[in-house]
Amino acid sequence: MLNYEVTFIADPVLSGDEIKKTVKAYSDMLTKEGCTITHLDNMGLRQLTYPINKKNSGIYHCIEFQTDSGAIVPSMELALRRDERIMRFLTVRLDKYGVKYNADKRAGKIGKSKKTVEREEEKKKEAAKEIQVPKNADKPISLATKSSEEAPKAAAPATNDAVDLTKIEGIGPKAAEVLTAAGIVSYTDLKSKSADEIKNILSTGSSSLSHLDPSTWAKQAEYAANGEWDALKKWQDELDGGKAADSEE
Amino acid sequence: MANREDIKFLSNPNIGGADKKYCRFRKFGIKHIDYKDPDFLLQFVNEQGKILPRRITGNSLKYQKKVAVAIKRARHLAMLPYVTDLLK
Repeated sequence: MLNYEVTFIADPVLSGDEIKKTVKAYSDMLTKEGCTITHLDNMGLRQLTYPINKKNSGIYHCIEFQTDSGAIVPSMELALRRDERIMRFLTVRLDKYGVKYNADKRAGKIGKSKKTVEREEEKKKEAAKEIQVPKNADKPISLATKSSEEAPKAAAPATNDAVDLTKIEGIGPKAAEVLTAAGIVSYTDLKSKSADEIKNILSTGSSSLSHLDPSTWAKQAEYAANGEWDALKKWQDELDGGKAADSEE
Repeated sequence: MANREDIKFLSNPNIGGADKKYCRFRKFGIKHIDYKDPDFLLQFVNEQGKILPRRITGNSLKYQKKVAVAIKRARHLAMLPYVTDLLK
């Protein structure tokens, strides 16, 4: 199986129907000869960087197709060359990377198309939010209060139980995640664990965390549990990445 | 034992010396260069639309050749100019 891609510039003077007819003629010709058309891309009207046939713009189309042999290509090119509606064309054989690139581009994984797709999605989300908000406001009061009651309920447990473990010097977001998964959700939980126990939890949770030194975490957690943030901060300043500083040794 | 961090340099090693050029295609694993993307190819031509040499773009030979082919195809399709001024 060979993959080809033919890009051509159609005369901008043609009407929309005529252009569609031209493109269809070539895609039909290809399918007739046993090619499967992977994609037909209408790239639209573009400004030419230099005039061709005394015209400064053209309508770009790109047909990607698959064929068993390249036998179709010369006859197709001859037809394109004889066609007055086509200003310029280029046939390119695609290697496997080219095929993948085109597939990724269509899927929106490459370049601009990705960004625009993301932006569009964001816009959609924002639009959906904006729609939702007025809807809630418009709804009967009972419904509105219900939704407002539900929201804090969902949020409250998260804030109360799972304190911010990353406040402890040496615990990053990842380590905090592992600790939370192991049932350590508050500073008191952390305080009651010995350094070895924490180390065990960390190394079982993720191998990349085994290098962390939790020897001071219990003490830091004690400060945090008692709400002595100033004392904790002062001590953390002396610590070096959660390890006891050299001055203490 | 001296730690790695304890070693002091006489001058700041981060100051001076331009960053080493690299081939972006190798670095980011770009395998295919699309001739239909003139905005991307614009990075590899100068103001006159001439293809920039490897010593400036830092491309590896393999990808410089592919860039050159892509630019020439883009020129054929009037997506990039053959000759111009003030392209950028």
